[in-house]
Amino acid sequence: MTGMHGTEALRAEGIIKRFGSVEALSGVGMHVAAGEMLGILGDNGAGKSTLLKILTGYHQPDQGTITVGGQPQILSSVDRARALGIECVYQDLALINALSIYHNMFLNRELLKPGPFRLLDHRAMRTRAADALADIGVNIPNVDLEVGRLSGGQRQAIAVARAVQSDAKILLLDEPLAAMGAREAGLIIDLIERLKARGTIAIVMIAHNYAQTLEVCDRVMLMQHGTVTYESRAAETSPAELLEIVRREYREMRGGNGR
Amino acid sequence: MQQRNEPARAGYSPPRRSLYARVLDLALRPEASVVVVALVLVVYFEASTSNFLTDANLQTLSQFVAAPVILACGEIMLLICREIDLSVGQVFALAPFVMEKAYNIGIPVIGAMGVALIVCALIGLVIGLITIRLSVPSFITTLGMFFLITGITLTISRGFPADTPGGAGLTAVLGGWGYAEFLWSLVIVAIMHVVLRHTRWGLHTIATGGGAIAAAEAGININRIKIGNFMLTSTLGGFCGILEAFRIGSTDPLAGGSNIMFLGVASGVIGGTAIAGGAGTIIGGLVGGIVLGILQDGFTLLGINAFMFDIIIGAAILLAMVANIQLARWRGMRVE
Repeated sequence: MTGMHGTEALRAEGIIKRFGSVEALSGVGMHVAAGEMLGILGDNGAGKSTLLKILTGYHQPDQGTITVGGQPQILSSVDRARALGIECVYQDLALINALSIYHNMFLNRELLKPGPFRLLDHRAMRTRAADALADIGVNIPNVDLEVGRLSGGQRQAIAVARAVQSDAKILLLDEPLAAMGAREAGLIIDLIERLKARGTIAIVMIAHNYAQTLEVCDRVMLMQHGTVTYESRAAETSPAELLEIVRREYREMRGGNGR
Repeated sequence: MQQRNEPARAGYSPPRRSLYARVLDLALRPEASVVVVALVLVVYFEASTSNFLTDANLQTLSQFVAAPVILACGEIMLLICREIDLSVGQVFALAPFVMEKAYNIGIPVIGAMGVALIVCALIGLVIGLITIRLSVPSFITTLGMFFLITGITLTISRGFPADTPGGAGLTAVLGGWGYAEFLWSLVIVAIMHVVLRHTRWGLHTIATGGGAIAAAEAGININRIKIGNFMLTSTLGGFCGILEAFRIGSTDPLAGGSNIMFLGVASGVIGGTAIAGGAGTIIGGLVGGIVLGILQDGFTLLGINAFMFDIIIGAAILLAMVANIQLARWRGMRVE
């Protein structure tokens, strides 16, 4: 199934998630291998974000199984998922504007000085943050800058750098290219491709834009009202085909409603 | 204030992070302008009363300053994570009575103090749980606690003052000596400054106020942070009330109250803590408290009446807020 890619990094099967009486996910499955990039497409309310939040340990599924690196796991919290090497860059980037770049990059996994007082090691965090940014080719002059002062693309890059700096095995990206100009989107795509080229990280990207997603991903799946309705290698489909599937579904829905 | 316009240097463009830029950064910090205000006030009061900088007056001043500063340390942590505690002045009044009751049933003074502080921490826990678990805004939760604790204090004291227990040595350390309470406030400021700037707790407090969702997505337990800061604030309030009881030698059931609580909040706000959360410094709270104390003490020396004093405090708080918002705007304009 994984073809030319590495070993399977993450698999979810039969995921069901309800919020009250609303079934957000009704039996969703997905898998992704190291060095592979999977795109998840779908309209608002299709369940993409809910699936993502289950994979990050933010929500827990009502039913279904998840395996990480071949081992069955229960992602009971964000910390647990992180401990298994699952990192996520949320659409809102989860950055704190009032804090510096280096504080953001180490948020909730701060480096501490040795000793009984567990004080923050600001110097080590500065150095490591600058190194991590340089490592993935992000050019930021000063890691002391408050994140609120950066551009959208820079902020996205900081969020990605934060996600991968701690040996992430699975990187989840929530609409990384939304609301971004062509030049900034280009920078982020370059960054993602550099990460992919390492062959050690499995990347899952949630997106709206069919053309962009088919361009950067190896495989895509289409989600509609809580289920996966189509899956294909990116090279074997086209934006037009995906659009046609969505349209057909939409027509059936309207027909079913008797309109 | 004076650092705003530098017309003489208009054509000078400093290299990034030059000494000039660093000095300007420092001067644009909210605390810096408050320090300037404090110094100006000292000069003014010394010039117009000539007995401002005497040992006796500095002792009085230190006693004005200590309690608001200690309360400010807690309130600043709460304001930074977007909460507030209106009831801390009531805990301030309750704690010495709890200590006295515990002492009267045979617990040694230090132990009785511990009991009182634990009770205070539990009050903070209750405030936190009501605010977080039941989604009541802390403004309302602590408004309720304000009346509730007042009633408890009046009930257990039957409305009468009580003598503070303890021997001479302990009393001197805890507040009997003129500068004791102020020294305690400096110790608490030092500890809380380190907590805010150099521990995970402090960083997560800023993150919680600066972006609760982002902080939660990063795995920070924001409820734990908020509840912890409520407990911290109540405990500091109780400790402060106990210090005050040792200084005065007896405890008044109507001590503390809204006045001291608002002086604490005002100290923080004057020192640059944002009510909207995400920003603030403990040092700013210390400087803000000192400014309020200097005003209070200086106007007392000048013989200005209490009504006038409130007008001036009110104006000072408004002025400080306007100045801080302006300073933040100028800082924002200096984007690299």
